[in-house]
Amino acid sequence: MSEGGGGDAPGGWPARLAGGWLARLAGGLPARLAGGLPARLAGGLPARLAATMRRLALRQEAVLGVILVLALVVLGHLSDRYLTAENLLNQGRLMTEVALIALPMTLVIVTGGIDLSVGSTLGLAAILLGVSWKKLGLPLEAAIGVALLSGAAAGFVNGWFITRMRVPPLIMTLTTLAFYRGLAEGISAAHSVRGYPDWFATLGQGEVAGVPSQLWLLLAMAVFCWVLLARTGFGRSVHAIGYNEVAVRFSAIPADRVKLLVYTLSGLSAGLAAWVFVSRVGTTRSDMGMGVELDAIAAVVMGGASICGGIGTIPGTVLGVVLIQLLKNGLALTGVKGDATIVVIGAVLIASVLFTNLVQLRGWRAR
Amino acid sequence: MALRGPSGAGGGTVARRPGLARIARLLASQEGMLLLAILLLGAVVGAINPRFLAERNLQSILLGNAYVAVAAIGMSMVIICGHIDISVGSLIGVLATLSGTLAVAGLPIPLCWLLPILLGVLITTAMGAMIAFLRIPAIVLTLGMLSILKGGLISVTGGAWISDLPRGYQIAQTAPLGVKMPVLCMLLLTAAAAAWMRYSATGRSFYAVGGNAEAAELSGISRRRTTVLVFAVHGLFVGIAAVLYATQLSVIQSSVPANLELTIITAAVVGGVSILGGAGTVLGATLAAVLIAAIGSALIFVDLSPYWFRAVQGVLILLTVLADLSRRRRRGTLP
Repeated sequence: MSEGGGGDAPGGWPARLAGGWLARLAGGLPARLAGGLPARLAGGLPARLAATMRRLALRQEAVLGVILVLALVVLGHLSDRYLTAENLLNQGRLMTEVALIALPMTLVIVTGGIDLSVGSTLGLAAILLGVSWKKLGLPLEAAIGVALLSGAAAGFVNGWFITRMRVPPLIMTLTTLAFYRGLAEGISAAHSVRGYPDWFATLGQGEVAGVPSQLWLLLAMAVFCWVLLARTGFGRSVHAIGYNEVAVRFSAIPADRVKLLVYTLSGLSAGLAAWVFVSRVGTTRSDMGMGVELDAIAAVVMGGASICGGIGTIPGTVLGVVLIQLLKNGLALTGVKGDATIVVIGAVLIASVLFTNLVQLRGWRAR
Repeated sequence: MALRGPSGAGGGTVARRPGLARIARLLASQEGMLLLAILLLGAVVGAINPRFLAERNLQSILLGNAYVAVAAIGMSMVIICGHIDISVGSLIGVLATLSGTLAVAGLPIPLCWLLPILLGVLITTAMGAMIAFLRIPAIVLTLGMLSILKGGLISVTGGAWISDLPRGYQIAQTAPLGVKMPVLCMLLLTAAAAAWMRYSATGRSFYAVGGNAEAAELSGISRRRTTVLVFAVHGLFVGIAAVLYATQLSVIQSSVPANLELTIITAAVVGGVSILGGAGTVLGATLAAVLIAAIGSALIFVDLSPYWFRAVQGVLILLTVLADLSRRRRRGTLP
């Protein structure tokens, strides 16, 4: 029983401890610089400030920010079409679907779980949207509701099996990755649905106040997820579950209900992404969203979340999504073909985690 | 009682048991259940459509999927050790393409088989070293490697077909000892790997590290060395799988077979390898690979619309996983 906790999660503990010792290390440093005065005497406001600055500089978000600026500068030099408001806004449009999925994925990963089925959920929701409108003759508004509900239901099924039947999240969502895509293929029977009315394209192709309309949706979702994760008791539970689920259960926090909600949110958001996607491209196909789970997970991990759970922030994930999209776009504009950009994204993913680890490991040994 | 049974040292206890109990125990194991599922599938589908059991079909099921089973052996070792490799499908694609390209370039044919295997071992060993020494979680590193290998392969080759392969290159089409090479490889490698995992100290150390890394470390098993080693061995199986894949047809498509990594991981997991590490056998992984392939073939023979294949396959896999979980819970080997 007792080994069920996160006690032996490999690679997780240095990152977790890092916050603590970095603060201590940084607090001691100015003291040493001040001529060997005891830390207690020098530990006033400047030291506190330096500590904060130092901790900030070593956070994954900061590393990402630096990479992001570097990428912008280099790619901006290589192509003059890159750093234009028009191009950047258009990239925002293109990244919305991945972002909508990556935001709740952050919560899932912080609980120590994973959701590989989101791409297939997107495909299933998109197909159900198209089929219930075209074949079943539902009003399009109702069809959108069907898509959102089916996404939420798909996420709920994942969460139910994970919490009630204790199927490990990786296995459960690996299975539904195949199953939901299979349902989408079976229901669509390789027929695509097109011919949506004009108003339907507003979300995916229109603009509100000069900004692509889906970016407003994305903004709302990002704020919602940020408040949920960083500012509520629910978010505290999400972190606590990823950090030490056994302790959480002993503290009478309804861990299962929290996880069920997180997976349902992930599914719902995939349904939302399906709506945006269909509206943007104007057709429905059963292969929509294939592989989007990898982009989303890459963004979350680049954003500093620990795959072992307990650590992760929404701003980090947003930076991760933006970086991936800007890299894709910048490389495409400078003449790199689509498939080669995937190479760069994989390399950046490994490099960003590697860099953080190296910085933290060196400090750990120096202690 | 459960403490004595599966330890392997209690051989005498097993021999004294009545035959029926022994069979019951075998059937209660994951391997027994898989075997039963395969036989049941054969009986049911065979009754609906006898052509399913025709020798030609059975052979094509095995031949076309033996390389998946070979890769699943290495994958189950990695998962038993507490890690995972999502990049395996892309690596197979890269190595198969390399093998074919070398053959067309006119290299001596044995080198075209050996070099990809060697490169496979090198790449996975490097991955293992990064996981062990730089503390990058395996899932993150292999996710990155998946992008790098897949993107790299397609941007270099454009997914083109490699044809005009030299005569004698297709080692998978030969049949030494009267058994086709892929099936022979699958059987021999499964047997060798199963024995190695069960009886060698290194094999046991994989279980030890996956089960409880700290306890293993305290008893003198280096977690880092074991991690590098398990990935190196995994690379060997991936390399062999890639060569079998490359040489089974007269052309090679230089791209990544769709969803291959999922099929391989699924085979390992359905085969009874605990995703939490520390438990499972390679025999189970091979049987599960065969079962998954047989299910795919059976769906054709019961006249199901091909559009529903993946959905049905997903449900069947889920049922197997649930059966396994409930069985382990009854036995009390799951928290």
